[in-house]
Amino acid sequence: MMKLSRIIANTGEWLSGSGPHDQIVVSSRVRLARNLRGKPFPGWAKKVERVAVLEEIRDAVVQLPEMKESFSEKLEDLSPLEKQVLVERHLISREHAAKGAGSAVVMNTAQTLSFMINEEDHLRMQAIRAGLQLDEVFAMITQADSELEESLDFAFHSDLGYLTACPTNVGTGMRASAMLHLPGLVMSEQVNKIVNSVNKIGLAVRGLHGEGSEAMGNLFQVSNQTTLGEAEEEIIGRLNKVIFQILEHEQNARQILLQQRAETLLDQIGRAYGILCHAHSITSKEALNLLSFIKMGVDLGLFPSPNRLQIDELFIETQPAHLQKGLQATKLGAEERDSLRAALIRAKLKMMPEPEIGKIPTTPTTTTTSEES
Amino acid sequence: MQKVNLCESCSKEKGVNDPTGFALADLLLGLGAAQEIDKNPAGLRCPVCGFSQNDFKKTGRLGCSTCYDAFAEGLSGMLKNMHRGVMHVGKVPARLAQARQKIQEISSLTASLEKAISAENFEEAAALRDKIRLLESLPTEETATESAAAAQIDLIPQESLSVPSSKSLQE
Repeated sequence: MMKLSRIIANTGEWLSGSGPHDQIVVSSRVRLARNLRGKPFPGWAKKVERVAVLEEIRDAVVQLPEMKESFSEKLEDLSPLEKQVLVERHLISREHAAKGAGSAVVMNTAQTLSFMINEEDHLRMQAIRAGLQLDEVFAMITQADSELEESLDFAFHSDLGYLTACPTNVGTGMRASAMLHLPGLVMSEQVNKIVNSVNKIGLAVRGLHGEGSEAMGNLFQVSNQTTLGEAEEEIIGRLNKVIFQILEHEQNARQILLQQRAETLLDQIGRAYGILCHAHSITSKEALNLLSFIKMGVDLGLFPSPNRLQIDELFIETQPAHLQKGLQATKLGAEERDSLRAALIRAKLKMMPEPEIGKIPTTPTTTTTSEES
Repeated sequence: MQKVNLCESCSKEKGVNDPTGFALADLLLGLGAAQEIDKNPAGLRCPVCGFSQNDFKKTGRLGCSTCYDAFAEGLSGMLKNMHRGVMHVGKVPARLAQARQKIQEISSLTASLEKAISAENFEEAAALRDKIRLLESLPTEETATESAAAAQIDLIPQESLSVPSSKSLQE
């Protein structure tokens, strides 16, 4: 069994890897919710019942062929800092991190598959990868699900499908989502319009850490809202279609900014670079918002593309728990974290040249005007 | 079941756009179940895990998989509002897929049989009856038969399910 510290030392595949449209689509994720038949859901089960479910599911999960190299730990045996690191990497939910005895997490070393045992449901399993790869991550997780059902008896209803603790997940038990980086739509003040129209067609748009979280760093999570009445493939197909539309809107927004507001755009990127290079104290929210401009600068060719991974890594490395993961035991205060964060960013940006204003593409490109659906 | 029409600002206020919010369970289930609860002061309870409809109103979560049958009446309207359909059409566990297909075949054959009888097309009816008998006599794996029986219970209309269960609870 791997140690968590060894897994954490490497960035997950979804961050360091590449995938289609990965400039704008940071990652794709699909999670399935499953429960064991005849056992009370975790929120209503007694501790002994939760522990029994945990053992049964964990035994089945660690025997999966795709989990040969994996990490498995009970939540009670993880420190608050370790749990928070897993949340920041989107490997467990904030809700799961709050759990103690009777809950566990299992993940593979590539950090593409993770299994939360006794979260809101007995089992929540997810696959996550870089770029727009919803079909691929669904194939990965449904494969694991099919293998698990050979040894686990999942609660299934002939009319309602897979039964879940919350009726919002019943049916497929599936939540498919993509993390999108949309600075162009935010700058051109179109993002609210997009969010509203996406909400109208039964999909949800949320902030960085899902439900109820704030949109920071111009990152938005688009996911399906409904789980009953449609097959998994249909839901993913609908989501893919909408993501392609948002992608196109974002590209158009960036082109229009370049053509009509190039000065503002360059000013924002230049200021972001200046502050990040010279700040000595910076909150994670400010850091994310400024890093977003640098990331867009890389997309636009203002910074050399080999620096892309460094910037992408900073999105995660500047999060509170990641900042402190090297320094066990001592928990830092907010002020100490802010200065540590600023130092980390300054060090990383030292390798990065100033934005090359001349590199900005000024030739007008064909922008397709697509109607919103 | 009760239909609730809300204007845009009311739906926002009631949290209809956020299906995980408690307000939705309160609004939809609360209205639909109000009379039921009056008759039954303790509130409807799941016969398997003892979770009550009031617990559901408080937490927005159910107690166990049987709660879906126990609270079927209150849930059906809620699910209809929450999702794009009321029937699961996605993935089915492999061990159930065969039995599920058989049940669907039998029910569609039974429908054709009734049609044939009412049209006094007895030749066709006899053929259909033989087909149904053959399907029913086909051996299925032990687990499949068990779940087929379970699935058949689910096919019984909700009224006939919920009446005896709430009665037995009152006793």
